[in-house]
Amino acid sequence: MTDAGSTPTSGVVTRPADDEHVVHLLREMLRIRRFEERCVELYSRTAIRGFLHLGIGEEACAVGVMEALTPDDAVVATYREHGHALARGLSMRATMAELEGKIEGCSRGRGGSMHLFDASTRFYGGNAIVAGGLPLAVGLALADHLRGRRRVTACFFGDGAVAEGEFHESMNLASLWRLPVLFCCENNLYAMGTALKLTESETDLSLKASSYRIPAWEVDGMDVLAVEEAARQAAEAVRGGGGPHFLEMRTYRFRAHSMYDPDRYREKPEVEGWKERDPIPALVARLSDSGVLAEGDLDRMESEIASEVDDAVAFADAGTFEPLEDLERFVTSETTSGSVVP
Amino acid sequence: MGDFTMPSLGADMESGKVTHWLVKPGDEVKRGDIVAVVQTEKSEIEVEIFENGTIDELVVPEGGRVPVGAVLAHITTHAPVKAPGARVSPPVPARETGPREGGRPSRQGREEPTVKPTSVHGALVESPLVRHLAERLGVDLGSLSGSGLGGCVTRADVERAASRSTKREARRERGGRPSSSPFARRLADELGVELARISGTGPAGSVIERDVRRAALAAQPEEHEVKVATAEDRQRAMQRAIGALMARSKREVPHYYLSATIDLSVAASWLEQSNLDRPVSDRLVMATLLFSATARAVKRVPEMNGFYVEGTFTPSEAVHLGVAISQRSGGLIAPAIHDADQLGLAELMARVKDLVIRARSGVLRSSEMSDSTITVTNLGDRGVESVFGVIYPPQVALVGFGRVREQPWAEGGVVSVRPCVVATLSGDHRVSDGMRGGRFLSEIERLLQEPEKL
Amino acid sequence: MSLITYREAMRQAIRDALIRDERVFVMGEDVGHYGGCYAVTLGLLEEFGSERIRDTPLSESTFVGAGIGAALGGMRPIVEVMTVNFSLLALDQIMNNAATLLYMSGGQLNVPLVIRMATGAGRQVAAQHSHSLEGWFAHIPGLRILAPATVEDARGMLWPALNDPDPVLIFEHAMLYNVEGELTDEPAPVDISTAAVRREGSDVTIIAYGGTVRTALGAADQLAGDGIAAEVIDLRCLRPLDTATIVSSVARTHRAVVVDEGWRSGSLSAEVSARITEEVFYDLDAPVARVCSAEVPMPYAKHLEDEAIPQVADVVAAVHQMRS
Repeated sequence: MTDAGSTPTSGVVTRPADDEHVVHLLREMLRIRRFEERCVELYSRTAIRGFLHLGIGEEACAVGVMEALTPDDAVVATYREHGHALARGLSMRATMAELEGKIEGCSRGRGGSMHLFDASTRFYGGNAIVAGGLPLAVGLALADHLRGRRRVTACFFGDGAVAEGEFHESMNLASLWRLPVLFCCENNLYAMGTALKLTESETDLSLKASSYRIPAWEVDGMDVLAVEEAARQAAEAVRGGGGPHFLEMRTYRFRAHSMYDPDRYREKPEVEGWKERDPIPALVARLSDSGVLAEGDLDRMESEIASEVDDAVAFADAGTFEPLEDLERFVTSETTSGSVVP
Repeated sequence: MGDFTMPSLGADMESGKVTHWLVKPGDEVKRGDIVAVVQTEKSEIEVEIFENGTIDELVVPEGGRVPVGAVLAHITTHAPVKAPGARVSPPVPARETGPREGGRPSRQGREEPTVKPTSVHGALVESPLVRHLAERLGVDLGSLSGSGLGGCVTRADVERAASRSTKREARRERGGRPSSSPFARRLADELGVELARISGTGPAGSVIERDVRRAALAAQPEEHEVKVATAEDRQRAMQRAIGALMARSKREVPHYYLSATIDLSVAASWLEQSNLDRPVSDRLVMATLLFSATARAVKRVPEMNGFYVEGTFTPSEAVHLGVAISQRSGGLIAPAIHDADQLGLAELMARVKDLVIRARSGVLRSSEMSDSTITVTNLGDRGVESVFGVIYPPQVALVGFGRVREQPWAEGGVVSVRPCVVATLSGDHRVSDGMRGGRFLSEIERLLQEPEKL
Repeated sequence: MSLITYREAMRQAIRDALIRDERVFVMGEDVGHYGGCYAVTLGLLEEFGSERIRDTPLSESTFVGAGIGAALGGMRPIVEVMTVNFSLLALDQIMNNAATLLYMSGGQLNVPLVIRMATGAGRQVAAQHSHSLEGWFAHIPGLRILAPATVEDARGMLWPALNDPDPVLIFEHAMLYNVEGELTDEPAPVDISTAAVRREGSDVTIIAYGGTVRTALGAADQLAGDGIAAEVIDLRCLRPLDTATIVSSVARTHRAVVVDEGWRSGSLSAEVSARITEEVFYDLDAPVARVCSAEVPMPYAKHLEDEAIPQVADVVAAVHQMRS
């Protein structure tokens, strides 16, 4: 944890969390993993179309941070947001149906993989323009500030977003106005196909945060307990009116940027190396070693999750397409607008 | 038995080439194994299989290029293969326009649907979709060269061919035509003016509104037979035109009205005498005398005979008497009897009869419609006492006659009964006034006292 | 009745909104301490404080995006982008978020945001500061685009715009700020969906919006002297366009001229012309004429700028040409 202006340190002391909770974290990550794997298959079979960006390998980030948020908080995410949506509380059914373009999807089939939205869980997407969500997060936090509400807006983005002007403008504005934004950067070292070191003159992202006087946390993004702990502390500070915080989660994408990416820009040994730090087997091992996870528990969990995924796919398959005559609905609101207002 | 198909590896991927097989028939495979390397437009990608089983047959050989969804290999699956689930193929075109049950959109997908080959080993023929489309659009597939894989005909090829032929047809139909504004064309139709005969003053000589209005007012010198498809069409067109003209006349022409009751006793007895020597079919009617007197009276009062156009009155040498004729379908037209002042009574009557017949059957000459220099309307047989009509522009006078009836006449202190008719004049005050109008009616009266001279 | 400037009318509208609805706040560059680039927000900081009148850094993209986010969060922001020239930096937020969130989310997320921008040329401020891009924004589904041209509309359009559940962009032509007009002491509400006939006539319809309405009226005065009665229509709402008012006028006059300060090609005037052709082609006595800015980046020198922008003489000439 860094103070504004001081040099960053890494490492977070994790409090021993209770066993049930840790098993819950495992389940949450596994749900995302199996969901994403199923998406690969569905995409190959053309049930899912367009762009598909999977978060396999990065599950710990979404799961860990969501634990620090309350239902009243807001979440803004990117186009690689299936995991964030599931961890935030969107159902697998609504998410899968959205990916298949059905009206039962969370965005009525209007958005697809990159535009998952859910007003009831204050999940504001699903933004496909890199760094395009950061100003939204600043605004959501501004609204809370003006209304005196003690809420946090968690804003997820990747290391690529750090290059965009919006990142700097948003960090600056949030800091200047002391707005309750938790900037969550999933640094997987690559912005689509280009390594961070080829695009940033300063690759230490925490330094950038501190240049805006924003406290920065560097966290091992492959360790869900570390992520959770850092997120909790940071969120608490933000909620208490301490202004924005910046969470840098060092993580890695096991698959390519998207389905159609040959992944030419990464060396196989590097990928394999990171796979050995897969957050899920790591947590499984830890739980097995400590005896929390007994023989058969994992199989049972996998089986339940497989059923949930199957059910979601069946639900999506059986879903319906929005009627063509509704094409122009929701361009503008359905109440009369533009009429004379007394 | 299951199929391993060419996967979609990207939003715009249409086909892939198998560069390497990493398995052979007989090999065991499990879910997640990499079984082949596929080359797309962008790069080579390792492709995994999603089932557990044994490879039976490699259908597409190394080097073979097939579309997404094509069968690459047959496998025998071990574990019960759950329904592959989402085999929702891209939306298919349908004839119905409404949405169907079961979740398929009824409109064609926006992207090019994947072309399914009818043979697998390389040789591609057009898909059923393309064949169906060609049939519907009337395109001969055999005449097309395909732009798809391996030269096969795609949907786009068919649609392009179809639009080319419709464009050719349209060009053929568009013959030469005078350029005119849309409003001018509509107006010409309403006023019954023939567009092709109007010279235009708009840009590049196009005919515009004011040209049409001018033409509707001005005289048209040439004469030709105008036979139209049905008399009804012609009548209706004329009615429309006249109606528009009447409205304009009332708006623009300052009318004044005069009337005179004329003693027809002399004319009536002369008529009776004269008709004794004529065959029944040639017997003259009073109306003929009235028309003749009107036509000749004009020579004494020329302000009643001519055209008022754009601020100027041009008197006419000739007297072309327009005769108002009612039409069976309702409405009135007033074709002209040329040089009515020169005609003898018998000839005049014959001309009027002929005009009535032709007017009612819709066969009139355009000059008859446009040449009247003054018009007379005789509503006597309708039982009307007197009629104050609306001048037909660009004429400047309209004479009306009511019915001939017996009425008491006081003269020289003595009351007698005489046949009389009320003659009326509607005059254009820009050209004449009550003095001249009165003179005109007196002249008509005078002429009718000397019927033998008509 | 009193005589006030367009600027003053807009200030009254903003002040009125701030008083009536506590969710309303103003955000933009130099709106507070400077008093507003065009002095529209002068005095508001002192009256309402810095929480509600917020000076922003020069970060168009983020403060427009923050306006969107604040609207999502239940506020009613008035975001001031100093001029349309700088809005280009925020175009992504406006198009990809403000205009699109409702549709993309399947109807879940409303963005009740108002963005005000100054627009137009005429003050010799050269190429980067003289754009008229209303037509660009009017191209985007999901946005409502307003162009108040009168004092009454400057006073009256803001409140209904704030109450619209969807994003509204208000374009204020910079040359109008100083123009005075009569305003009733109890301003009546105005609607934000219809065009207005500012002058009746029967010989030709002149269609204009924003800064060109005065040009159109000036041309109509001159034409009256030539015996031509021109009808002038003020579009007021550029998206959605009030096609009905436009076509019913042209159906009567049979001739139309559109006056648009944007560049001709692909401009709003092209859209208006297309709609007239689509709806009342058979009533046209001449092709629809357009008087637009010359297709040049706006030059600095006065005589060049005057030549580039639509003037009264240009409109009069266009009308005469169509009748000759």
